[in-house]
Amino acid sequence: MSFEPKIVGFLCNWCSYAGADLAGTARIKYLPNVRPVRVMCSGRVEPSFVMKCFAAGADGVLITGCHPGDCHYHEGNYKTIRRYSLLKRVLEQFGVEDDRVRLEWVSASEGDRYAKVVDEFVKKVKALGPFNGTKLLVK
Amino acid sequence: MAKLKLAIYWAAGCGGCDVAILDTNEGLLKIAEIADIVLWPVATDHKYEEIEKMADGAIDICLINGGVRNSENEHMTKLLRAKSKIVVAMGACAHQGGIPGLANLFTKETVLNRAYRETPSTENPDGILPVQRFSAQEGELIIPEFYNTVLPTAAVVDVDYFMPGCPPAIHQVAAVVDIIAKGDLPPKGAVIGASDKTLCDECTRPKEDRKVKKFYRPHEIIFDNQKCFLDQGIICLGPATRGGCGNRCTVKSNMPCRGCYGPAPKVHDQGTKFLSALASVIDSNDPAEINSIVSQIADPVGTFYRFGLAASYLRRKRSNEKN
Amino acid sequence: MVSITINDKPYQVEESSTILKACQKAGIDIPTLCHHERVKPTTVCGLCIVEVKREKEGKEESSLATSCNSNVKEGMKIYTDSDRTKERRKKAVERLIARAPEVPILRHLAEEYNISIPAEGEGCILCGLCVNMCEEVVGQVVFRFEGKGEERHLTAESDRCIACGACATICPTGYIHMDDIKERKIVHSELLLGPKSSIYVTSMQAVPNKPVINPETCIHFRTGKCGICSQVCEREAIDYEMKEEEIEVEVGNILLAPGFHPFNPEAMAQFGYGTLPNVLTSLEFEWLNCAAGPTGGEVLLENGEKPKAVALLHCVGSRDENFHEYCSRVCCMYALKFAHLIKEKTDAEVYNFYIDLRCFGKGYEEFYKRLLKEGVRFVRGKTGEITFPIYEEEKGKLVVRCEDTLVGRIRRIPVDMAVLCCALEPPEDAEALGRLFGVSRSKDGFFMERHPKLAPVSTSTDGVFIAGAAQGPKDIPDTVAQASAAASQVMSLIMKGEVELDAAISQIIPELCSGCRICNNLCPYTAISYDPNEKLSSINPVLCKGCGTCAAACPSEAIIAQFFTEDQIVSEIEGVLI
Repeated sequence: MSFEPKIVGFLCNWCSYAGADLAGTARIKYLPNVRPVRVMCSGRVEPSFVMKCFAAGADGVLITGCHPGDCHYHEGNYKTIRRYSLLKRVLEQFGVEDDRVRLEWVSASEGDRYAKVVDEFVKKVKALGPFNGTKLLVK
Repeated sequence: MAKLKLAIYWAAGCGGCDVAILDTNEGLLKIAEIADIVLWPVATDHKYEEIEKMADGAIDICLINGGVRNSENEHMTKLLRAKSKIVVAMGACAHQGGIPGLANLFTKETVLNRAYRETPSTENPDGILPVQRFSAQEGELIIPEFYNTVLPTAAVVDVDYFMPGCPPAIHQVAAVVDIIAKGDLPPKGAVIGASDKTLCDECTRPKEDRKVKKFYRPHEIIFDNQKCFLDQGIICLGPATRGGCGNRCTVKSNMPCRGCYGPAPKVHDQGTKFLSALASVIDSNDPAEINSIVSQIADPVGTFYRFGLAASYLRRKRSNEKN
Repeated sequence: MVSITINDKPYQVEESSTILKACQKAGIDIPTLCHHERVKPTTVCGLCIVEVKREKEGKEESSLATSCNSNVKEGMKIYTDSDRTKERRKKAVERLIARAPEVPILRHLAEEYNISIPAEGEGCILCGLCVNMCEEVVGQVVFRFEGKGEERHLTAESDRCIACGACATICPTGYIHMDDIKERKIVHSELLLGPKSSIYVTSMQAVPNKPVINPETCIHFRTGKCGICSQVCEREAIDYEMKEEEIEVEVGNILLAPGFHPFNPEAMAQFGYGTLPNVLTSLEFEWLNCAAGPTGGEVLLENGEKPKAVALLHCVGSRDENFHEYCSRVCCMYALKFAHLIKEKTDAEVYNFYIDLRCFGKGYEEFYKRLLKEGVRFVRGKTGEITFPIYEEEKGKLVVRCEDTLVGRIRRIPVDMAVLCCALEPPEDAEALGRLFGVSRSKDGFFMERHPKLAPVSTSTDGVFIAGAAQGPKDIPDTVAQASAAASQVMSLIMKGEVELDAAISQIIPELCSGCRICNNLCPYTAISYDPNEKLSSINPVLCKGCGTCAAACPSEAIIAQFFTEDQIVSEIEGVLI
């Protein structure tokens, strides 16, 4: 059986979750690997959640929010950018491949974009193979 | 009241915790008053066999400092757990893996290579690395096996209490001895000898702006001794680190907190928790500018996880895996 | 009041009145060219000459006077038509007509006095009205007389001219005129609503329906002079000091209804809008067609004639992948309305070039059928271009090239006028408005409702509602229905008198908060405050909207984002990864 990555997707309630919803109601086909976790705002996504995902067996983490300037909470997504930027540096030191974590903007009207983002991301994670960043722990 | 049986063990750590106990000075008399020391390698001459011969639970209290780095650490930690009624993981290494835990970013080969071949001060023309077994004229020499990973004590055995700090502050060592003397121990799993709030609570530096445009390392700036380090762009782990240390760095030594007292009570991953707080106060909404500000932070993992890497989500034992 | 006689009839007139004014009030016509109420008299034309008789030292004295600058006096006898008067006036007419033979009043007088009218003349009678107007009213010095006697002539320094046009309006001979496009009697592109003069009413439906002054064109604002409007306004309503002001009103609900923005068909160069004459947008046509419009509702070409054939181009900018994919919904029906009215008013051939006819509303299909009976032509196919005539029968016309998909060939249809039914676009500032009010927009740029079926007038921000074309193209009945729905949603909130807060907000656990103040600057709603005495931060639950960004930042996990707590999310992560 080919490798099917497990990916956790953090979707903001107002834009991306609605966008994903739209992808569904519009019957757009996309890969099923992203398992969504709804949050009110991408600003709620703590970097530690991303770490937790990997620790709990995820192969990739997708964070999606409203486009910059369009945040329902004005600028929650700017805080996401700040944290994501620093998190990426930490993940790099941890040896987590760049393509395993991604921040994307998907508005409520972009069902097609959500599907595209998911498809692209899943393909990239698939190409990387299973996440084994915790393998070092095995003696 | 019968005297308690007390064991103090030094595993994968620097020994600073033992020194902290010695630093209690007259406090040692109190320890001697309430307890018979059955093991304390740094101060007394007891043998491992003596412990092995004891009945399970024969030791009342065992303070283990240092995490598990090799097979000897593991053996003794497990042995002491079996023989002790109460195990206290003492110091940052036992609590969170500590400084040795930073090596968890690398494999043991990389670590040995670095230590025995690559460091500038090393003179090892033949490139000889330590081996676990070596046949000498006198017979086979065996040293403990060096593991790939440093584990906090709690990742190997069941721990009753945690006593953070690198090393634990002397007044806290004395306070813990007091608690033990009174038999006034909190529920199992508690952190003792520390505050329930983070360091900011007791720090006397006034906190103001919380907007950072540029990060500095302490040597790169002449900072204001009366202002909060973070407000000046100097990374201080105070907001994400348990208090109780008595502000020995931030106020008494005029240096930012490095995080040795571990995460706040409800926090699982000290490094990313601090990362999130720190990134949140970056004063920019422009991705390019944010990136350039972020790039001013040297060695983010080493800074945010200085003492907690071995206990972090990513370098913590996965819950579904056996060690 | 003084008593005088005019042509032997007694009158009582005001003392300060000029003879001219007194006569005009009495209904006696005195010809004049160079007199204007607003500027001081120049007495150049000499047409207003009258004979005046007065008792002086027991003797009756007779004299001739220019009536425009002579005041009435007690006992004055005025003769406007005496022989002496006529003689002098004739001389004046002879002098003037030689210079300005085109002026109707002079031609009229010349005929009366049997004076031959020259074929052409200079045009300017050197009356100086323009000089005085410019100096006294406009406050500029543009005109000057130069030379003497025969050489005397008018000069203008155009550098100083502010192009107000006051001189052109006052020039009695038409010698001064604004350099405009004389051939086009109607400039369709200038039909749209907007300032026509410095004082205008913003639109016919303006509330309040009162005129405003455009300070950019008003002479008073530009030179400090003029002020005629304030002199003539009997209600003294003109206030030059009035300033635009911003008014802050505290409200609990906001209904956004900024409408739409019409698509600019210049982007579709193939239709020649802006370059070809008689190509109009639908809005321009609507105004041309309006009974209160510039032509009184007559459908006229730019040359002032009625069109014999009119093309109505549907779907300009809508249902077009190059511009807007959506259907603008209102165009089919107003195009049919136009067709009906054009037919009725001009009996022209009317061609509808359409892709599909979407006559979906109540009574709409019936209206379409009626038009079929009226002989309105329908050509199914998108227009390729509006172009120049080639063949003899197309001469002087616009040619609409189009594929008639029902016949299956390319057709060239000559018309006199083409109306472009332009797409409805989101308002130009929709993006800024959306950000200001936290309303998201759909892909086409229109405001997005919270739910297409269940919450069609609500938005993702509580208390902000939307209605009308800003939510999506819609006609008047739909807009009214939606606006009523939105208004009643607002009313139901107002009647309730209180709002329910979302339970999904954040709170700070004081036992865990160490007052590090990391969260203080993060809240977009300033719901977080810091108490320096307690050394604790706290969240105002009324202001908090529950985004949770503070919870994500709290380094001691002292902030709980309710329903999205760390424990809950971590459990969810573990759950989805099983």
